[in-house]
Amino acid sequence: MTISLEPRPAIPTLGREPATPAPVDQAVSGPSAGEQHLRPAVAALLVDHVTKRFVVGRKRKPVDAVDDVSLRIERGEIYGILGANGSGKSTLIRLVSTLLTIDSGRVEVFGHDIEREEMAVKRLINRVSVDAAFFKKLSPWENLVYAARLYGLDAGHAHADAVRILTRLGIGRSRMGRPVEQMSRGMQQKVAIARALLTSPTLLLLDEPTTGLDPRSKLDVQSFIEELRHSHDATIVLTTHDLDEAARLCDRLAILNEGRIVTEGTPAALIEQVAREHGQPPTLESVFMTYTGRSLDEDVEENASGEDDD
Amino acid sequence: MTVVARELKASFAFVERNFNLTKRYWGWELAWLTYGVAGALSITLIGADQGDRRLLLTLMIGAIFWNYLGILFEILADTIQWERWEGTLEYTMMAPVRRYTQLLGSAVYAVVYGLVYTTFILIVLVLFFGIDLSRADLGTTAVFMLIGSLSFVGIGMMAAILPLIYVERGAQMTFVLQSLLLLVSGVYYSIDILPGWMQLISRFSPATYILDGVRRGLIDGMPVTSLWHDVWPLLVMALVLIPLGVWAFGRAERYAKRTGKLKRVG
Repeated sequence: MTISLEPRPAIPTLGREPATPAPVDQAVSGPSAGEQHLRPAVAALLVDHVTKRFVVGRKRKPVDAVDDVSLRIERGEIYGILGANGSGKSTLIRLVSTLLTIDSGRVEVFGHDIEREEMAVKRLINRVSVDAAFFKKLSPWENLVYAARLYGLDAGHAHADAVRILTRLGIGRSRMGRPVEQMSRGMQQKVAIARALLTSPTLLLLDEPTTGLDPRSKLDVQSFIEELRHSHDATIVLTTHDLDEAARLCDRLAILNEGRIVTEGTPAALIEQVAREHGQPPTLESVFMTYTGRSLDEDVEENASGEDDD
Repeated sequence: MTVVARELKASFAFVERNFNLTKRYWGWELAWLTYGVAGALSITLIGADQGDRRLLLTLMIGAIFWNYLGILFEILADTIQWERWEGTLEYTMMAPVRRYTQLLGSAVYAVVYGLVYTTFILIVLVLFFGIDLSRADLGTTAVFMLIGSLSFVGIGMMAAILPLIYVERGAQMTFVLQSLLLLVSGVYYSIDILPGWMQLISRFSPATYILDGVRRGLIDGMPVTSLWHDVWPLLVMALVLIPLGVWAFGRAERYAKRTGKLKRVG
């Protein structure tokens, strides 16, 4: 199994049965292509009336972190999820990542039910979280080999792929053998993305991948995500606090507020709708404020520590 | 690739990762090894001070083999805690790896690491005290190490559940459990001197049978065939505790996913 940053013609089979996506109409590339009327039979990600409830505090008060959320993401899309701190973004990503169980509703990844076919789903997904979790004493290379083995990849091929991806991300060979803890956060986040790509996920979950990065690293990561859209056959779900980033990268957006999706659409359509119906300035900030009643800037400041929010 | 081959390959991921971590923490490894040798020597010197060869050997075996069992227990029990501390728990739990595969990888590494560590200390002590092991039955020792490792792996798996369920206190609970095993298993003394209720508890510790079997093999040269009373409890514990540990770990993981306890803390 190899992965490449060169254009790939078809859905990667990953060489791991039975975790191949269910067949998809190849003529349809998702709503961004303006072909919403030709929906593929199988969505890359289907979230159907999903609810996740936690009990919190000494009084064990129930809180719906995700409340009756439904969304459908087509293969090849970059789908953005915007939300304030505690809105349920990370919980939703964790649900799709199989790190949380669903209280009600269902989630399917390329037609595989996340509860009944958990292992198949796990082979199709990977996640990059805000905190770029690594064994910090190990080198990028050692962390990537660990990931490769967990995903059943051949170590020899994984080596070549890891070097190629890390090099593309600006991490020289001399850095690949040094402990991750000696790298900047931006570099660590690039290694996290490389680690995720190494396993050739067909659904890549990016949970605030640029939060807390310096402007240069943020741009690097954003460019790389953009490049992925063209070169790698992956569907991407991106949560972010950065409205410019969302506008730049995402084909469609959903705004999550108190666990519920309050609006969904292409950035252009959302902006146009808010300007037309509410007389607001034509910006994503206006869209966010209209539907949540608050500015995202406040949350960015609150979340400056880089910890994930919910 | 067959499921078995894939899972074995994946289990090697944990062996290799732990080996790499050991290399990176080589300074600490050296420190622990030094402490292990010093601790075993200090305890064994009590026997030398008394001029009692049997006491010396009893203490030496207790110190060395408790070290080994402690390593097995700690590596397995820390399977979750270590990753929680590193912040990689969610990444590992998200990977397409079955939990028994993860536990198998951790167990294999723990046994290999423990054997290397223990062998080194054993050699140092044998040379230091000039101990003659020509009468010892090393086969008996090997059998008890093997069977005992399996039963201790089972206990380690059960202990690993605690940090999964109790995010803050789980590691402390495993430490308490390890301390209780030390107390009741006759590591440095005969369990006959314990109060009756503690002797009853000691029957449920695999370390009790392992240490008794190893002592009889090394000190008295007894063959394993005459130590069946120590062997069968270990076999039963291994057969019960390992599947029970895997099952309980799965239940605990499900609970952690339902309550959101896989999330990084601290």
